[in-house]
Amino acid sequence: MNATGFSPKSATTGDVDWEKIRADFPILKLKIDGKPLVYFDNAASSQMPQQIIDRLVRYQTAEHANINRAVHYLSEIATMEFHRARCKLQQFVNAEEDREIIFTSGTTDAINLVMHGYGRKFIKAGDEIILTTLEHHSNIVPWQMLASEKGAKIRVVPINDKGELEIDEYEKLFNERTKFVGLIHVSNALGTINPIKRMIDFAHRYSVPVLIDGAQAAPHLTIDVQAQDGDFYVFSAHKLCGPTGVGMLYGKATLLEAMQPFKGGGDMIASVTFEKTIYNTIPHKFEAGTPPIAAAIGFGAAIDYLTAIGIERIAAYENTLLDYATACLNEIPGVKIIGTAAEKTAVISFTIDGIHPHDIGTILNQDGIAVRTGHHCAQPVMQRFNIPATSRASFAFYNKKSEVDTLVAGIKTVQKVFL
Amino acid sequence: MHTNSLYQEVILDHNRKPRNYGKLEHASHRATGHNPLCGDRLNISLQLNERDQIDAIAVEGESCAICKASASMMTAAVKGKSRLDAETLIHEFRELATGKLDTDNPHHLGRLTVFSGIRDLPTRVKCAILPWHTLHAALNSLENASTEADHDPASTVSSNT
Repeated sequence: MNATGFSPKSATTGDVDWEKIRADFPILKLKIDGKPLVYFDNAASSQMPQQIIDRLVRYQTAEHANINRAVHYLSEIATMEFHRARCKLQQFVNAEEDREIIFTSGTTDAINLVMHGYGRKFIKAGDEIILTTLEHHSNIVPWQMLASEKGAKIRVVPINDKGELEIDEYEKLFNERTKFVGLIHVSNALGTINPIKRMIDFAHRYSVPVLIDGAQAAPHLTIDVQAQDGDFYVFSAHKLCGPTGVGMLYGKATLLEAMQPFKGGGDMIASVTFEKTIYNTIPHKFEAGTPPIAAAIGFGAAIDYLTAIGIERIAAYENTLLDYATACLNEIPGVKIIGTAAEKTAVISFTIDGIHPHDIGTILNQDGIAVRTGHHCAQPVMQRFNIPATSRASFAFYNKKSEVDTLVAGIKTVQKVFL
Repeated sequence: MHTNSLYQEVILDHNRKPRNYGKLEHASHRATGHNPLCGDRLNISLQLNERDQIDAIAVEGESCAICKASASMMTAAVKGKSRLDAETLIHEFRELATGKLDTDNPHHLGRLTVFSGIRDLPTRVKCAILPWHTLHAALNSLENASTEADHDPASTVSSNT
């Protein structure tokens, strides 16, 4: 492991029984139109193993009450379990303190929290915000809203033909007006792993804080926020086999304390009178209202599940699928892989000559294959490659090589239909 | 529904060899249709004569097979028809694609019913409807048609009829 995140190429899959792990996922037993489901849309949302489903059921059947309020048994156990989930996340990203972990409704919500809490307080007219071509819309639009409100300017880091950031160009964008960097750790559209440690270090030379969008990185790479030294790190539970509706923001305590609250309401206050409200301490300052308690506890269970297998082993196994699928797709005439970065996660975006991705997706679906088709909420990436959309197969540790063979056969069927 | 029944030979044929493809030099009505979700874009140009009939119509653009075939078959269906008859077809096609048309009752769609299977693929309904939505925009001198938000054909189908 190193500070830029774990490199999947150097690990082994160990002695993990991947078939046994696959059996943990009840949804994978589904048939679509009589065909076994081949679920290759993991970058959009991954599936949930029985262990996490059971954890949610246990919470709802024996532990549920509102938290941080009453003194009765259920409220105390719910509060404790919610806090334990926060501590699991703290350990997962190696944060120094548990109060640096804020529960949000997801990655988008976490980025918006930083935009409102930090951006609106500290970014002013004429300031510059650096983003990259690889950003998901969720790390573009909030900053555009801020820029237009404040009269600030967005600067964009370009990518090369492989879908890698041009780091020299990134470094040239910095000047005394640079006040913030928003950077995707792993591209959702292409799978590119960005050299975040180097980029964070460079930004810090200018004392510029960096937000890392880790939505696609957390399921595949070891996160160490202290070693990486990013100021904010965000991701969602549902890409980590957890429930939808919950995500997390890691922020350095000093920054979180300096920020203004995002949402006002219960739980985020220390005291309220109509003359003056005193805000609660972090993390509560940013958790107004009743949080998604069940989902947060499910998030914690997902972290336990993945950690028990080992993120490094997961990445190494997924990488064998990536290498196999890449080799197979490269052999099919007319198929072009978009995004060929040296360092990438198990994501393959591709086009087929003369066939629109939506037709590809619909016809693959008749073979039970779920891929994502479209612009992947990353239109600047599509524009860079001068294409309207791609088809994307994204692999998880519960996928297997024979499913890649099904995809390859499916692509050939698509080509036959449109021959 | 089985997807097989959607990608029927007639649709594949119109995708391969779209009819009335291109742009009219002299058009009385034009509109551009856009589906932001998948990047599909169509330009329709048409010529209405003094009796309010569609003398000529042409479509060009970039889109998926469903959209392209729908556009091609639409041009063949409305050519020579009056504006009123074209609007009736637009209405009926939207009803068909959104699963609201009872094909047992009399209608004017003819072979266009090949698109009936699209109602079971909600994400693809917009692909099939875009040409019709754009034709409606052209006939009503609206320059742009979109399949999103207020312009969503699924939600505006009744208000546009």
